[in-house]
Amino acid sequence: MKNLIKQTAFYLLVAIIVIYAVFPFYYAIISSFKTPAQLFQVDYFPTRLNLENYLSVFRDQPFGKNILNSVLVAGSVVLASLLLGLTAAYALARIQFKGRGLLLMTILGISMFPQVAVLSGMFQLVRTLGLYNHLGALTLSYMLFTLPFTVWVLTTFMRGLPKELEDAAVMDGATPWTIVFKVFLPLMWPALVTTGLLAFIAAWNEFLFALTFTFLDEKRTVPVAISLISGASQHESPWGILMAASVIVTVPVVALVLVFQRRIVSGLTAGAVKG
Amino acid sequence: MPALSGLEQTKVRTAWLFLMPILIALVLIALWPLLRTIFFSFTDANLSDLSTFRLVGLQNYLHREGDEWTGLLVDQTWWRSVWNTLLFTVITVSLETLVGLVIALVMNQSFRGRGLVRAAVLIPWAIPTIVSATMWSWMLNDQHGIINHALVSLGILSESIAWTSEPAFVMASVVMVDVWKTSPFMALLILAALQMLPTDCYEAARVDGIHPVKAFFRITLPLIRPALMVAIIFRAMDALRVFDVIYVLTSNNTKTMSMSIFARQQLVDFQQVGYGSAASTLLFMTIGLCIVLYVMIGRVRFDGSDAA
Repeated sequence: MKNLIKQTAFYLLVAIIVIYAVFPFYYAIISSFKTPAQLFQVDYFPTRLNLENYLSVFRDQPFGKNILNSVLVAGSVVLASLLLGLTAAYALARIQFKGRGLLLMTILGISMFPQVAVLSGMFQLVRTLGLYNHLGALTLSYMLFTLPFTVWVLTTFMRGLPKELEDAAVMDGATPWTIVFKVFLPLMWPALVTTGLLAFIAAWNEFLFALTFTFLDEKRTVPVAISLISGASQHESPWGILMAASVIVTVPVVALVLVFQRRIVSGLTAGAVKG
Repeated sequence: MPALSGLEQTKVRTAWLFLMPILIALVLIALWPLLRTIFFSFTDANLSDLSTFRLVGLQNYLHREGDEWTGLLVDQTWWRSVWNTLLFTVITVSLETLVGLVIALVMNQSFRGRGLVRAAVLIPWAIPTIVSATMWSWMLNDQHGIINHALVSLGILSESIAWTSEPAFVMASVVMVDVWKTSPFMALLILAALQMLPTDCYEAARVDGIHPVKAFFRITLPLIRPALMVAIIFRAMDALRVFDVIYVLTSNNTKTMSMSIFARQQLVDFQQVGYGSAASTLLFMTIGLCIVLYVMIGRVRFDGSDAA
């Protein structure tokens, strides 16, 4: 009997946690299917399946273009971070040299820079390079937070690869370049997928730089586009449309997270706890 | 062995060659902008034209004009934002540690549906902050929001509350959303620490008939404390630079204005690059202190794991 109560209490706690975590997203989904009039009525369960909000998200602003922008920025950030991160990780993980520990610590420190602290300098850099209101400004500035993290996780992972592999390649006269891209790269997929995903999500979700370095609606990424839908007036916010836009933006990320949850969890904890 | 040292030398050269691209990138996008921001804080630069400015010394920080003190250090709004940021950090990080600890302890048990809990818990983490703030401001809506509806129908509230605009509740709203969004991250970090704990001392505790609650405070908590500390500092630094959630949920309400919001408002909305950069610099120094703390704790763990 006592066990049964304990079991029930435990599962009750589990249910509370799951509902707490999922409910806001669930509620956004059911709200996104409502007409403005139906939104005045609070419902806990889905009532209608009205796609009007989804259509008007794409009709009233260049949301398709915004999604494309976000994909382009996030994709290029991932590629650039992985490429730079991989070569740096080889040097940091496999070669003993003076100042290595200090360098790792510096890189880790950079990942904690508040974005605002580099904002005015970055703004000038972006203007000097002629990237203001270009997606390139975002790719460049997002590396500020994706690079340190990528280097850190890839270095940790590469340090664990067997030394014999490298030695054998060196015996065969392989150059460091070959070692990184022919010997290590094929073994690095798990770490590359993890860091790539985390970099993608970070870039997909970023707001402050995107808000500051772009100004035309066609150049906006989705988070900024959404914040501008709500920006019009506090009392007449088009909640149905906002929820539809929120769902559209979130579904791909949630799908990625659910498919790769093990990888993501291991990456997050490697990046933070071990770091 | 000269041959070996020659080989070593080549290796070291290779290392720096391989590090070159990332070093250039980091100097360009981290170091230079940071130094530039600090430099701008000693000027009267304006956003419309960043090429012409005057050096004004410490005027942006503190300046005496006749009988009046001006500058950031006597700016009421700035100190308000400092206070808001510290308050936000202390409250959210404490709550997130508690909620994260509970979730982690649950997820550390083996039970049916554990995978489902992990998947569910990852959702708030993955949702863009802008989106979560938007979703919550709909749920917190004063007239049609589900939270007011639920609290009124349960009889907890007699009438609806304007959560995101009423001064007494704005901070609570921001905290609520942030705790929802980031507790999962905390939970995952704590869970990772819990899973590395040795099982034998729990076995011994059970044999000795020690109550699980006592075992938690006497065994678990001390053992995960280092990891917990790192996670807390990590979160605290993140909370100190908070921007997105407040910007969307309560915009420029001075009751919730954070240091990042203040700095960006000065820089971009008011175009006062000098003054805004001074605020950015002070924020950076605050967080820099935390970084030093973090690295000191991190270094201990780092060397320890290297030696092992």
